[in-house]
Amino acid sequence: MPAAVPALALEQVTVMFVSPDGARYTAVRDTTLRVEPGEFVSVVGPTGCGKSTLLNVAVGLLQPSAGRVAVFGAPLAGLNAKAGYLFQTDALMPWRTARANVAAGLEFRGVERAEALKRADEWLQRVGLRGFGERYPHQLSGGMRKRVALAQTLILDPQIILMDEPFSALDIQTRQLMENQLLELWSANRKSVLFITHDLEEAISLSDRVVVLSAGPESHPIGEFAIDLPRPRDVAEIRLTPRFVELHTLIWQAMKQEVLKSYAQQQLQ
Amino acid sequence: MPSSSSNKALRLWQIAIFAGFVLFWHAATSPTLLPPIYFDDPNKAAFFFGEPLKVFERTWDWFSSGSIYPHLWVTLLETLLAFVIGTALGLGMGLWLALAPTASALLDPYIKALNSMPRVILAPIFAVWFGLDIASKVALGVTLVFFIVFFNVYQGVREVSFTVVANARILGASERQLLRHVYVPSAMSWVFASLHNSVGLAFVGAVVGEYLGSSRGVGYLILQAEGTFDINAVFAGILVLTAFALLLDWAVTLAERRLLVWQPRGGETEKI
Repeated sequence: MPAAVPALALEQVTVMFVSPDGARYTAVRDTTLRVEPGEFVSVVGPTGCGKSTLLNVAVGLLQPSAGRVAVFGAPLAGLNAKAGYLFQTDALMPWRTARANVAAGLEFRGVERAEALKRADEWLQRVGLRGFGERYPHQLSGGMRKRVALAQTLILDPQIILMDEPFSALDIQTRQLMENQLLELWSANRKSVLFITHDLEEAISLSDRVVVLSAGPESHPIGEFAIDLPRPRDVAEIRLTPRFVELHTLIWQAMKQEVLKSYAQQQLQ
Repeated sequence: MPSSSSNKALRLWQIAIFAGFVLFWHAATSPTLLPPIYFDDPNKAAFFFGEPLKVFERTWDWFSSGSIYPHLWVTLLETLLAFVIGTALGLGMGLWLALAPTASALLDPYIKALNSMPRVILAPIFAVWFGLDIASKVALGVTLVFFIVFFNVYQGVREVSFTVVANARILGASERQLLRHVYVPSAMSWVFASLHNSVGLAFVGAVVGEYLGSSRGVGYLILQAEGTFDINAVFAGILVLTAFALLLDWAVTLAERRLLVWQPRGGETEKI
């Protein structure tokens, strides 16, 4: 690893929520997480372990109760202007067509509408949605909507891309297509990626590094694994290689305890 | 989906029901057709319930002589003004209060009180304030339309998906752009959902206002006819009003279809 300034650094971050009745819930405790420029990092953990909380802190939607967030060395104040965010659920504006949705960010940043739409068309083509520009989100399938969302984020050329289980709602085939497409776009123009998922296979096949979080409450990283699989990768094929299976076994050993813990907690509730 | 032939049958039945109703009305009120069943005088039924042929004749007279047009025009103008002003005020206030929680908490009891008040009772007061011309009718219509639109916008803004707002923010939208590109379009869909209601109420406001005191308008025609016990003219007025309300409703449906293309309609979702 180069000793350069990390693209994104969460230092000793703790996030505590206070419910209206005064009860405190610590979602994340003392978490330190760094993403180097051009690095693809996945965070895996059982459901309800505060993965999304970490991402919301990184993008500036949530203020950490303690700790610091730095973007390329500068402390984060307000929204993270260098980051793009791909949400788990639909975040497209339903009253805009696909191309108008993709163009939205450029328009917000003062690019002229005609120019923004032209570039939106290029991006729609890049994500394989040529000819679907005039469709409204409700006229697109789930996978297509995800692609529109991906184009909407990437058109702004963010230095950091944050992804919150973006493909979890897709069926397995669409999902692998999207993963390959993501890898392709990413290797053409390497940005820092922080990818949140509960799917270990997805995490290994995409990433340079996988961070395992403990079960909530008070989640914190309990393991970090470098993924030394060669690139370019095909997410479906790489799963069959011995090294992948080896890594999977290794990381799963670390995760299993936490998944069981999380499961037991859910049973109690 | 009904096929076109069953659709045709449906239309036919709808016309048949109307024809049957008119026929029954005619038979029951005609002084000569049937012997009096309930009233002692054969002319009494017609006096109380009017006669359909005379109602249609009167309506036809109004339109062929053109004497109804100035009245219709006034009523329509009042309806449109009440609708536009009420909607604009409701939209503005709704957006403002939905986005300003303090002001909303402060004004909450007053809005509830104003909404609960039977506002038609304000008509005489408006007549005193704004005179007997169209202004007082517009004011009454506005009070009716405003609350419908206001509550819908208020609800609409509050129910904008958190993710959509967060996403727009991250994409770089300023507060003004959020308002223009997220809150207003979202609120507009709720405004359109209430459009049928608010156009109808604007119409009610205009007619009731005219009925309570005016010198022009369809409501005024009805009031005058009532004063001279001209029951056929009263029914003719009601007929014209009903036809007009249906027309307005149809216009709203057309506008809705054009402006809300982005909303999924039944059987049209997930079209690939």
